[in-house]
Amino acid sequence: MNNVQDGVFDSVLPILTLIITEENVERSVAISLKNITKTFGDVIANNKVNLDIYRGEILSVLGENGCGKTTLMNMIAGIYFPDDGQIYVNGKEVVIRSPKDAFSHKIGMVHQHFKLVDVFTAADNILLGEKMPTFSIKEEAKKAEINLESVMITAEGDSKKKYTKAFAKYYGKLVALPFIKLGKAIKFNHLARKRADSLQKIADKYGFEIDLKKKIYDMSVSEKQTVEIIKVLYKGADILILDEPTAVLTPQEIKKLFNVLRKMREDGKSIIIITHKLNEVMEISDRVAVLRKGEHIATVRTEETDEKQLTEMMVGKKVELNIDRKVPVDPKPRLIINNMTILNKDGRKAVDDVSFVVNGGEILGIAGISGNGQKELLEGIAGLQRVESGEVIFHNPKKNKPVTFYHKDLKKIKKMAEEGFFHYPDGTKVDLKGKKKKEIVKLVNDEQILFYEDEIINLRHKTPREIQELGIKLSFVPEDRLNMGLVGNMSIVDNMMLRSYRKGKSIFVNRKRPKNLADHIINELEVVTPSDQTPVRRLSGGNVQKVLVGREISSSPKVLMAAYPVRGLDINSSYLIYNLLNQQKEKNVAVVYVGEDLDVLLDLCDRLLVLSGGQVSGILDARNATKEEVGFLMTKHNVQGV
Amino acid sequence: MKAKANKAHEPFVRLVKRKEMKVWQSILLRAGAFLLSLLICGIVSSLITRKGMGYFFTTLVDGVFGTKRRIWNLFHETALLLIVAVAVTPAFKMRFWNIGAEGQVLIGGLCCATCMFYLGGKMNIYALIPIMLVSSMVGGAIWAVIPAIFKAKWNTNETLFTLMMNYIAACLTGFMITTWAPRGSGVVYFEKGNLPKVGNEFLLKIIVVAALTVIMWAYLKFSKHGYELTVVGESERTAKYIGINVKKVIIRTLILCGIICGIAGFLLVSGTNQSIHKTDTVAGRGFTAILVSWLAHFNPLYMTVTSLLVIFIDQGTGQIATLQGLGNSYSDIMTGIFFFIIIASEFFINYKVVFKFSVLKKAKKFAETVPPAPEIETEVKEKEEVEE
Repeated sequence: MNNVQDGVFDSVLPILTLIITEENVERSVAISLKNITKTFGDVIANNKVNLDIYRGEILSVLGENGCGKTTLMNMIAGIYFPDDGQIYVNGKEVVIRSPKDAFSHKIGMVHQHFKLVDVFTAADNILLGEKMPTFSIKEEAKKAEINLESVMITAEGDSKKKYTKAFAKYYGKLVALPFIKLGKAIKFNHLARKRADSLQKIADKYGFEIDLKKKIYDMSVSEKQTVEIIKVLYKGADILILDEPTAVLTPQEIKKLFNVLRKMREDGKSIIIITHKLNEVMEISDRVAVLRKGEHIATVRTEETDEKQLTEMMVGKKVELNIDRKVPVDPKPRLIINNMTILNKDGRKAVDDVSFVVNGGEILGIAGISGNGQKELLEGIAGLQRVESGEVIFHNPKKNKPVTFYHKDLKKIKKMAEEGFFHYPDGTKVDLKGKKKKEIVKLVNDEQILFYEDEIINLRHKTPREIQELGIKLSFVPEDRLNMGLVGNMSIVDNMMLRSYRKGKSIFVNRKRPKNLADHIINELEVVTPSDQTPVRRLSGGNVQKVLVGREISSSPKVLMAAYPVRGLDINSSYLIYNLLNQQKEKNVAVVYVGEDLDVLLDLCDRLLVLSGGQVSGILDARNATKEEVGFLMTKHNVQGV
Repeated sequence: MKAKANKAHEPFVRLVKRKEMKVWQSILLRAGAFLLSLLICGIVSSLITRKGMGYFFTTLVDGVFGTKRRIWNLFHETALLLIVAVAVTPAFKMRFWNIGAEGQVLIGGLCCATCMFYLGGKMNIYALIPIMLVSSMVGGAIWAVIPAIFKAKWNTNETLFTLMMNYIAACLTGFMITTWAPRGSGVVYFEKGNLPKVGNEFLLKIIVVAALTVIMWAYLKFSKHGYELTVVGESERTAKYIGINVKKVIIRTLILCGIICGIAGFLLVSGTNQSIHKTDTVAGRGFTAILVSWLAHFNPLYMTVTSLLVIFIDQGTGQIATLQGLGNSYSDIMTGIFFFIIIASEFFINYKVVFKFSVLKKAKKFAETVPPAPEIETEVKEKEEVEE
């Protein structure tokens, strides 16, 4: 309303206020949630949430990762069933046990991951699962006959001769044929596709731009989303839930989507958007409901609030944690990322021109709403994702350390000596020219040839194997432990060997050292397991993580990257992991910690890099930064970018 | 309200995944399944032969253990099935669904037969046998590696590919047979170049297969290659994460599979059959072997047991079929019943069946021990009543 020019404002004001007050009176509640509680095992996803959604409004549900937004909405949509509490639709208490139930109450949800059949057209996808109305073949035939007769009356000249009574009869039967229903199971609903026309009407009404005859596999992400929305509308939903609808869209597409949503609001539909992008919340929604750690904090009108207040509500007051954080000793650059860009499967930039430095002996935290490029960034460094452009420079701290034959062969050492990489213990340059092979081997084995400077290696376009063979000790604790990092069906011992089994020339694996390592980790980290032969899949989440982190640390890495290492862990296990990371830091390891809990990030890390939409939205000193600052940077979106 | 909703939500029968079965329990369950399958075979058989269950069991045992030769034959047939099972195992452990063992064995046999046809009698038998063996191994390996390369490079569907290769192998063999014996009945017999007897006609093959089985067991369990292919099978992403070259592992493993299939073909053509035929040479072993391998959970040592059981049923019922003039289909039916029940028992090792009434009973018990629901619910109900 602030945008309205003064003159206009004056004349319109009385009417506006009238409308608003009237609206307040008339606005009926579409859904009302009372004391909704949902638990998963010991984790409380939603705790006594009360929420009202009105007709003809757009409500944003805002919150950090894991605050229970999606769980709450899934309960309205019939995916989950609440442990406790009631749902009222139009003032009546209802039981929603399945998405079908939800649709019977005119509630429809568009999930983040689309549920479409690739080889079908958009229209087929929308009509899928719909019950065919039964037709009597006689009635249908008659209808078609009458239709044709009306055509005959208006037809003139030559075409009139074509239409005879008998023709009309057969034509009628022919048209009706696809509608026959045989018993209960067999239906010919081929012509149901004709209903695509009625779908087109829905699309036109709200201004969707889509070709409904296109196959899903030919569609862009935004088109697929449109299909999902039309599907929900076609099924007659008045209450639409959209789970992070903008996460996959470009800014132009977001604009289009918002226009459509506004049209739907004018049509009296209630729209709920799950999101964590503050600028979009401010742009589109009438009211905002903020959730934090499963609890409903407040619902406010958008015009009465600002981004700062919302951030505060979203992240909450800072909680002091007792994490022993020491000042980094002699931090030197270990890993330098220059202008790194990584594309995801859809060809969008998952990591967009990111540059930063990780120092040895410090923990660099990476904050951000999940899915903003953290995973791709780490995988890019580890050689698991193709790096489109940019560089990953690794400083191997080799200064004054002897060169070995472990990672370099004779030829390479000779070449490096020529380029002046080495010096003798007394400080003179190494010159291997004219020396015999035997002499060089002896010098190397006696540790007489030392590195003059740190070794600098570009890791871009190197596979994990190549990185390992270069002697770069890069450890990576991936996000998805059992699909990447560990093998669920293998025993703890076998999982220990994943990194090291190649050592040695024997064709057989040596299980002795991995077994010792496994027993050591089980003892040190207090892994609860029947034995070291137990398949990892049978362990609880915390113990799986201990096994993985234990293994990754055991190789005494130079760089340790951990993605959400405490996700799903209880407090004690989490602290154990924090301590392990801190120990590594004290051993002068460069630690990269991707986390979601801001309190932990601020208390554990030395510096904090905030990612938003694949870009670095800020690098902060974790000792002085506040939660609000970080929260704001996390939700700050560059409109040109994405 | 909660109880009401839960009751409506509960289906009549539900399958629940078991945590883990104790070893003795699973052995007992499998033994029970074996006995049950025998029992059902007996019932079906007595219905067909109208001779009663006693006849079925006595003939079954007699057909397998009746004479010394029959016992030898039992182990011999077991060995021939086992070697194909051993051959398919590494691929299956890698989750490469190679159903083309039939063709790979046949091509191995064809290569061997080619050597025997053109070189048999022209050179020393002890010089010829290595040539036959090597050519069989190469033939089998080529047949197996073609789908592997396509899978590794272009991610084609290995199941269809290997299946189709079977037909090509059969047609190729048929073509060669008509070339060699244009007026024959589709079988070519070889008199020269057959494997020499060691002890009796069976022993040599049994020893070879036993050795290969143990080697394969050690390869899968202790070697680096075996470890790599297990990781690739379990999780390709983890394999990439630790830097395994997945394509290389796929191709290498399939070459190994093909080599062993080739050896199987060599043993069949130059040892057992001393002849070659389009379909009867391998006689479906390539497919039965998959079941054998799977039932043994891809452990070559367990496969000796599963293949022995399969051959036991096959031979025993074969004897009944011969005596009663029932034809081959009879023993196929019996083997089918056997597999059906054994595979079904595998299901109950992983899952248990829970009925609705037992769940509700438990829920009732649980409700008695738990204090009543919080007060909020009753409040709301009162409100509703007022509204009404």
